[in-house]
Amino acid sequence: MNAEQAVMAAAEAIADGKDIPADHRQYVSFAVGAEQYAVDIMSVREIKGWTDVTSLPNQPEYVRGVLNLRGAVLPIVDLQCRLGAGLTETTPRHVIVIVALSNRQVGMLVDAVSDILDVADDKIQPVPETNGREDARVLSGFLTDQEQMVAMLDLERLLGHALLEEEPAEAVGA
Amino acid sequence: MNDFEQFKQTFFEECEELLQRFEDVAVTLKAGPNDPEGLDDLFRSVHSIKAGAGAFKFQRLVVYSHEFENVLDLIRSGKLELADGDPELIVQAGDILNDLVCAARSGQDVQDGHEAEMLERIRAMGSQTGTAAAPVSEDASKPDTNGDFVVRFRPHRAMYETANEPQLLIQALKAVGDISILADLSRLPELSKLDPAEGYLSWTIEVRGAENEEAIAEVFEFVDGDCDLVIEPISAAPREEGQAVEEAPSVATPAETTLATSNTPPAAGANAAPAAAQTNSIRVELGRIDRLVDMVGELVIAQAMALDSLSELVDIRHVKQLQALEDLTMRTRQLQEGVMAVRMQPLKALFSRFPRVVRDLSKKLDKNVRLELEGEATEVDKTIIEELSDPLTHMIRNCMDHGLETVADRVAAGKPEQGVVKLSAEHRNGRILIRVSDDGRGLDPEKVLAKAVANGLVEEGADLSKEEIEALIFMPGFSTAAAVSDVSGRGVGMDVVRRNIQKLGGRVTVESEFGKGSTFTLALPLTLAVLDGMLVDVACERYVVPLSTIVETVCAEPSMIRDLPEGGSVMSIRGEMIRLIDLCSNLRLSREGKTEPLRKLAVIVETEFGRRVGLVVDELLGQQQVVIKSLETNYHSIDGIAGTAILGDGRVRLILDIDGLANMETSTSLASEGSVDTMDPIISGGVAE
Amino acid sequence: MSKRVLAVDDSKTMRDMVAFTLKREGFDVIEAEDGMAALDKSGDGAYDLVISDVNMPRMDGITLVGKLRENPSFRTTPILILTTEADQEKKAAGKAAGATGWIVKPFDPDQLVDVVRRVCR
Repeated sequence: MNAEQAVMAAAEAIADGKDIPADHRQYVSFAVGAEQYAVDIMSVREIKGWTDVTSLPNQPEYVRGVLNLRGAVLPIVDLQCRLGAGLTETTPRHVIVIVALSNRQVGMLVDAVSDILDVADDKIQPVPETNGREDARVLSGFLTDQEQMVAMLDLERLLGHALLEEEPAEAVGA
Repeated sequence: MNDFEQFKQTFFEECEELLQRFEDVAVTLKAGPNDPEGLDDLFRSVHSIKAGAGAFKFQRLVVYSHEFENVLDLIRSGKLELADGDPELIVQAGDILNDLVCAARSGQDVQDGHEAEMLERIRAMGSQTGTAAAPVSEDASKPDTNGDFVVRFRPHRAMYETANEPQLLIQALKAVGDISILADLSRLPELSKLDPAEGYLSWTIEVRGAENEEAIAEVFEFVDGDCDLVIEPISAAPREEGQAVEEAPSVATPAETTLATSNTPPAAGANAAPAAAQTNSIRVELGRIDRLVDMVGELVIAQAMALDSLSELVDIRHVKQLQALEDLTMRTRQLQEGVMAVRMQPLKALFSRFPRVVRDLSKKLDKNVRLELEGEATEVDKTIIEELSDPLTHMIRNCMDHGLETVADRVAAGKPEQGVVKLSAEHRNGRILIRVSDDGRGLDPEKVLAKAVANGLVEEGADLSKEEIEALIFMPGFSTAAAVSDVSGRGVGMDVVRRNIQKLGGRVTVESEFGKGSTFTLALPLTLAVLDGMLVDVACERYVVPLSTIVETVCAEPSMIRDLPEGGSVMSIRGEMIRLIDLCSNLRLSREGKTEPLRKLAVIVETEFGRRVGLVVDELLGQQQVVIKSLETNYHSIDGIAGTAILGDGRVRLILDIDGLANMETSTSLASEGSVDTMDPIISGGVAE
Repeated sequence: MSKRVLAVDDSKTMRDMVAFTLKREGFDVIEAEDGMAALDKSGDGAYDLVISDVNMPRMDGITLVGKLRENPSFRTTPILILTTEADQEKKAAGKAAGATGWIVKPFDPDQLVDVVRRVCR
């Protein structure tokens, strides 16, 4: 989905959300490289297409810069880079998913939004301790009833210290 | 869950105001009779805090404010006159109230018994009149046996006069239990004789499954005495039917009663204060104003850009259009000023806490000090006012502790016993100047210099002017253990004050005359929301340089620039050597694929301390007023960047932090000497606006 | 047309609470910060209910009740006073001035609604 379609789909999903069973939750899933990731739809504030950002000096590579979103200045994190797979070659088709995280807002650069998922809580599996994935540290679980494995991102661990601390945070997989 | 949780914030904001009002009045109290309006204010402040505290179940605060309010009520009603020592007690009791409010706000309880002693003293004060406060009762409803009741209810005329409606009361009974109603119309007169204000009806209502009798009585709480009401358990044999009627007082004739009602003077209105001239005000959430400020700021920018692009098209033939544009410009500016003014507050709120500080401290230090306030009406941005509290308090304490001599010393020096600390504020050149001065001993240049040398801030034998020496007191590491006292605070030196002021975009300077006193001057911007900036281009990135820091722009000939062996370069202008800051390398910008400019353009800027450095840029793009957005709202601060601005094209641009950049440069070029954290020891000028 | 209530209290917190609760009950809430202000606003249209604090600057609640009752258009308007505790004196004074009833602070939304239902259609 491009940003516009994704926004429509998410808005519909949230509107329909009242009808879903209590033990179900909705997620926005998106593609980064070959992987699929998801975040709780309630933490998503906005989805928009990629536009040039203003870069910040002396920051970790995955912080692509800042963007003006209706008067607010938000940092934009390159998710692929944050997960250790190098900088994204951006095109206008790339998408920024804006999420809220403890009173702050941050944009995540992803390849595309994939779907709005409706998942029962018991279909979420914890991350196994002996997981070989490089990005396991920033995952909170896996959605297993999908066609493809979808990893749920733990936003706090993924972005928390990058936003709050001044010390440069190292990339996850590196 | 209580739906009212969301109002806590409002409550605490209100508490701040109430406590401030309380203190304003409390410090003026004196033994004997006092201004009744002030006493009313005291009572109401505490009363309002209590009411809110009750709503949010801050039990300790409720209990304390209840007792306190009771005493204040006795005082304002004249039942209790303030004796010697009572005014101080009330001020202190206000402090404890403040502590309890703060505790409730932060959610961290103050230690047990914090208010116990004060409560005792308040009670003792109140008990002189023999009227102690009825303790706050915890509501304890005792469960009763479920039951059926019969209610006999006959309203009197008085009930209708207070706008109570029998139907509504009967309706409310439905919430208590299942009801069946029997109306008695027998007293209804002929239509021609009917008085609409009179009550002719009575009802017998059976209530089944009520929790207890009280639940029923509560429905009729407001009409108690204005009606005949009998509530009986249904099982009990209905006693004399006529009881209610017997008890009924004779009904006044309609004419009499109507007359009486309309002539009844407003009861209990005697103590109503006359209408004081009060400014009408509304309370607006700060966030809303900020959004407005932002929007107007952006409007100013958009308007400026429109004007810019249009001015190329219009010429003298378009006088009308030009006038219209000018008109638009002027009105946009006026709108901006108007919106900014909303954020402005008089300094009085801040200044008014210092008489207290000075009074308490005089006692503690055993010095005789008078505080003079000037320019309290000067208005400053709210945020600045809040941020000034700590630095100013520190400076005043500093003046009293270190500046002013003891009484004996003053007499010996031929000065009046009473020392003077003066706090003044004024607007000048679009900035606000706040001065803290004392007529104490002043700075001893020799001592200051010796101390700076001892602390390794200045080389032995350095030749410094008086101003340079005085400025040393703001250096980190100057204020050391020797200066620590109970009063000025451990480890907090003037360097911290300076840093706080700098954060606000201001500077602090000192002028002193040995033996005569010192004056500290804070120069601050009026607002933190907008900034006049110069837009510059460096390697195709654009940055904003605060216009106030720019001294001049120089197009440097290669012959003027010299590279330093340890890295970096300097430029000589009119014999002065100025260090150059290469923004491109400092901000780690890439020149890849971009052409290097043919000539080096240096923007000469001045740091807070008057040190000059040159920023090397590719191009100057013109002046603009920008709306400042903090980077920290959604990210964290970055070295060398003071904040961000959103320009007319919607893009975010970074505002350069000159002092930060100068220090970054220092730390990189001097890193080998390990002097990362120390200030550059060169001090020049920097004093006095 | 929705019902209109005049909420009078010098405390913004209290006004907010009353307004919040009654708006949910379908009232239009008009606020006034003391008796004087309330009197000023008493002229603009009919009210279905008045809720007033007692202790306020300029004009207290009891005086306000008296003044409102003198105004024919408030003759049958229910007026509730807000008192902090079961203060019999205040209640009696309020009633003497013409108050319909009282609400004891602190109240929770349900209590407020209960009381309002008892005096207002």
